[in-house]
Amino acid sequence: MTPSQRRWVFLVAGGGFLAFYLWGLIGLPGFGHYPGPYGDIINAIAVTQTHATGVVSAVNFEYRAFDTLGEEFILFIAATGVATVLRHLRQERDTSAVDEARNRDVPATSDAVAVVTLAFIGPTVVVGWYLASHAQTSPSGGFQGGIVLATAFVLVYLAGQFIVFKRLSPVALADAIEAIGAGSFAAVGIAALALGAAYLTNILPLGSTPGAVNSAGTIALISFFVGIEVAAAFILIIGELLEQTLIVREGTGR
Amino acid sequence: MSIFPFIVVAWVLAVGLYGIITSRHLVHQIVCLIVVQSSTYILLLGVGYKTGAVAPYFYDIPTNTPAVDPVVQALALTDVVVEAAVTALLLAFAVQAHKRFGTLDPEELRQLQG
Repeated sequence: MTPSQRRWVFLVAGGGFLAFYLWGLIGLPGFGHYPGPYGDIINAIAVTQTHATGVVSAVNFEYRAFDTLGEEFILFIAATGVATVLRHLRQERDTSAVDEARNRDVPATSDAVAVVTLAFIGPTVVVGWYLASHAQTSPSGGFQGGIVLATAFVLVYLAGQFIVFKRLSPVALADAIEAIGAGSFAAVGIAALALGAAYLTNILPLGSTPGAVNSAGTIALISFFVGIEVAAAFILIIGELLEQTLIVREGTGR
Repeated sequence: MSIFPFIVVAWVLAVGLYGIITSRHLVHQIVCLIVVQSSTYILLLGVGYKTGAVAPYFYDIPTNTPAVDPVVQALALTDVVVEAAVTALLLAFAVQAHKRFGTLDPEELRQLQG
């Protein structure tokens, strides 16, 4: 199929889609007129039922925790997939992460960049942990916190060198942490089974004050496990992609 | 206009699909896929929006305050993270495709396959 033929097919199909979409919109309640009742019911009962004031987290880690477990394993498998797809081809070899070109000098990381990024590493880690451990109270949670934590390691790379990044996040350790995070989420559910409750039932004490950090039972725990899993997964992914750029070269193999 | 956000959804979806169809570069195609997926966020958040309602966080407001649907927000949240990971996987495929075939043009890749 030539590009212009493809464009025509797209135009026809797009026109058909638009017609059906507009037709479907007629039957929908307009923007801002949420019909409910699912979200309204959850908003009404979640705080008393789970003692979590962040209802989005309550949905993610309690009401739809099984669904989130699936999403988390998509992330897990994607990270594994990146590592598998980027495995070395037969004719490739590793080089050191130092530029080999003889005809140019490698510019060192400028002091300005290094100072700023180093100054940001500490606060980034703090914010990441804060987000990952406050899912039950505020707009945060393991997914957001994990990403911010992974960013701290990218700052290390920006401030220094790939070697330092690698030393701080060895693949075996990141692998293990990722697996522990994902496995613990599933294990929290299995613990509920052992107590005779349904899978992923909130079995821990809910705490007396809704909105306190030590409230909401397994919501806080699961959020924490998701946090370390997301952080480890993204450190792995970023490390693999950087390795492709900086270390793997075509060659005859060793 | 009460359906305007849903028109935006269709527009973002169509722009992304058009990009995928006409793209001559795998990385560009992956970016277009991200655009397509972004339309689902607008749809999800648009469906759950309630005029005059607040975000579903009751830390310092009474629990009977009207709030938007938390379910669609939770869906959008996990979607964003998973999308980032899947994008990384697709980029990894693009890296390997370039190594094996020396090109990232989908047309040329197809010709190489025969």
